[in-house]
Amino acid sequence: MLRSLQIEPEKCTGCLQCEMACSYQAEGVFNPAKSRIKVFAFHEEGRFVPYTCTQCTEAWCMHACPVEAIVINEATGAKEVIDDICVGCKVCTIACPFGTVNYSQDSGVVYKCDLCGGDPECAKACPTDCITYVDADHTGLNRMKAHAAKNLPE
Amino acid sequence: MAWTRKVLRINLTNGSIAEEPLNMDWAMQYLGQRGLGTKYLSEEIDPKCDALGPDNKMIMITGPLTGTMASTGGRYSVVTKSPLTGTIACSNSGGFIGNEIKCAGWDMIIFEGKSPKPVYLYLENDKAQLLPADEMWGKSVWETDEIIHKKHQDPLIRVACVGRSAEEGCLYAAIVNDLHRAAGRSGVGTVMASKNLKAVAVRGTLGVGNIKDPMGFLKATNEGKQVLKDNAVTGEGLPQLGTQVLMNVINEVGAMPTKNMQDVQFEGSSKISGEAMHEPRESDGKANLTTNAGCFACTIACGRISTIDQGHFTVENKPEYWGNSGGLEYEAAWALGSDTMVDDLDALTYANFLCNEDGMDPISFGSTVAAAMELFEMGVITKEQTDGMELKFGSAEALAWCAEVTAKGEGFGKDLGLGSKRLCEKYGHPDLSMTVKGQEFPAYDPRGIQGMGLTYATSNRGACHLRGYTVSSEILGIPEKTDPLSTEGKPELVKAFQDATAAVDSAGICVFTTFAWTLEDIAPQIDAACEGEWTSESLMEMGERIWNMERDFNIAAGITGDMDTLPKRLLKDAAKTGPAKGKVNNLDEMLPKYYEVRGWTQDGVPTDETRARLGL
Repeated sequence: MLRSLQIEPEKCTGCLQCEMACSYQAEGVFNPAKSRIKVFAFHEEGRFVPYTCTQCTEAWCMHACPVEAIVINEATGAKEVIDDICVGCKVCTIACPFGTVNYSQDSGVVYKCDLCGGDPECAKACPTDCITYVDADHTGLNRMKAHAAKNLPE
Repeated sequence: MAWTRKVLRINLTNGSIAEEPLNMDWAMQYLGQRGLGTKYLSEEIDPKCDALGPDNKMIMITGPLTGTMASTGGRYSVVTKSPLTGTIACSNSGGFIGNEIKCAGWDMIIFEGKSPKPVYLYLENDKAQLLPADEMWGKSVWETDEIIHKKHQDPLIRVACVGRSAEEGCLYAAIVNDLHRAAGRSGVGTVMASKNLKAVAVRGTLGVGNIKDPMGFLKATNEGKQVLKDNAVTGEGLPQLGTQVLMNVINEVGAMPTKNMQDVQFEGSSKISGEAMHEPRESDGKANLTTNAGCFACTIACGRISTIDQGHFTVENKPEYWGNSGGLEYEAAWALGSDTMVDDLDALTYANFLCNEDGMDPISFGSTVAAAMELFEMGVITKEQTDGMELKFGSAEALAWCAEVTAKGEGFGKDLGLGSKRLCEKYGHPDLSMTVKGQEFPAYDPRGIQGMGLTYATSNRGACHLRGYTVSSEILGIPEKTDPLSTEGKPELVKAFQDATAAVDSAGICVFTTFAWTLEDIAPQIDAACEGEWTSESLMEMGERIWNMERDFNIAAGITGDMDTLPKRLLKDAAKTGPAKGKVNNLDEMLPKYYEVRGWTQDGVPTDETRARLGL
């Protein structure tokens, strides 16, 4: 069964534990600046929204790559960047409509969420279950349940 | 390890910027933040110096756990000499800037001297620059934050800055970071402004590594997070109601300072409580509270994000205050509300917004307004001084007006900016100032919570709840219940809380974790991150060392044992209602014993043996 990251922004408190977990897994240091998942604080609105790659089926980044450095991990469905092949042309960062592929000045290649090989650290680190890793066919399950609950007898 | 081992030293007088290695001998003795910052300050300045002169220094310092996945690991402290109290000042803030300083590669930044012109520090990893701040001088915190982000074209910069109150010399000005978190107490913002330093803008992309035992660290921090989650206070009470969970509790036990501490219970407390912040308003059906929010790395998330009713008189036709911002925490709600007897939640939220917008400590501000209200009702302060405003207890209009004029340092706002002690002295009634060593009380009346009287009297930064929160034990039963109306065992209890808190304040984590964590939960996290061996015992000893070091600083600054006292009102005038009815604070029953358990003389001076035992 494929799984997807599910994000329910109304549960986010903006603590950035996900960003630290992500950067620690990927880079070996606690460094939100290098996180593949980013939490956006909308100050006026009083809301926090985590955002990362949704692993599109027909991934723009993958199709745009001129050297085929972005490949599908069949086990997880993640689109992964092969660092040794990537030439840092950044075409994928332009192709992605969501901005979730980014270029790293330090490494000279692009980086994006790879679902940590099927065990995403952000979901494990999230203290409020705002980020969960669920059945890819049922990402709407929680929302369905919440609406279903409104039909419960008083 | 866990430290970056780098110190950034900035001389504002001549504009020089230098990097130096962290003194690791001191780091092993004082850890970080409060302890280590105070050690540096003690070694580098004359405690007798003018707090607002160029000889005072201001240190912004992180802890070893700052910037890590340890829950609440995002704290930083500002250490300097206080212009409000003349004592050591150490104010702690959350938000996100502590992590940013650490991610830029620095354990601490030391500011020396005074800049000839307004400047701000722009720090991007190794690149540190003092840039002209002319366009932001005279502007609020919120405006300054916006100007910096626009100028550098970088939304990810974190900013700590002072507002107009600090520039105008308000003695309890705060340094506000991330728009609404603050190093709030003791006038650290006043010191910053006195140096012509408007802001510190940081962008760090290097991250925090150097963890001694990474696997052990993740295990210890995960266990710690689970403890916080399973605890009723940190897992439920604080996320749901914020620190405002205390409003009704403290009122019920008769320890809610009211009417400039004339009373110990406030009739309107339920209207300004954490529960009230959840109630839908009549006008627009929205609650005051939009959501809770966490500071960096915090898995508790007690922060309040609130709005004011757009039709409320305070914000009518002022759309700049219609959005969300930092809402009321208990101390602010108490000082702005109960102490002034204002039970209008929106008016309190407005005053709180202004405290954030222009960098004022809402505790000291609210208490000073309460003192001014008492003086007004006595006829000592008149409408002549207040520009026609009726400064009466319970007046939301008066509170809002006071916040506006103090934020800008206009007219009577200059008097309010003096703080309660100097205001009451100026108008000839020093006894009406509810302060210790010049700093205003927080939200726990020591007639109803005896141990807090000793905490306030002996606190190294004047009246303060964050220097030893015996409320935990006396009211909440953490770690075990003691009788709030009894003085028995309180000297030992106060010492234990003071020492443990000094250790927590030095680690890079938030003291609110200690509603659930003891040093037994904290030590393994520090031990896995830092070189050396860290146990609950060694942390407790370090806390005691820090406490005595602070005391030595104060003694050298001319703060003497006879200042370890409380206002007469709390020692002579009994509580009129509630469980503490008929009680005063029996400080005299506790203080001599406290000096004894501290290993101090009866004049309140650490003995040579005590200093030697602690390696001072």
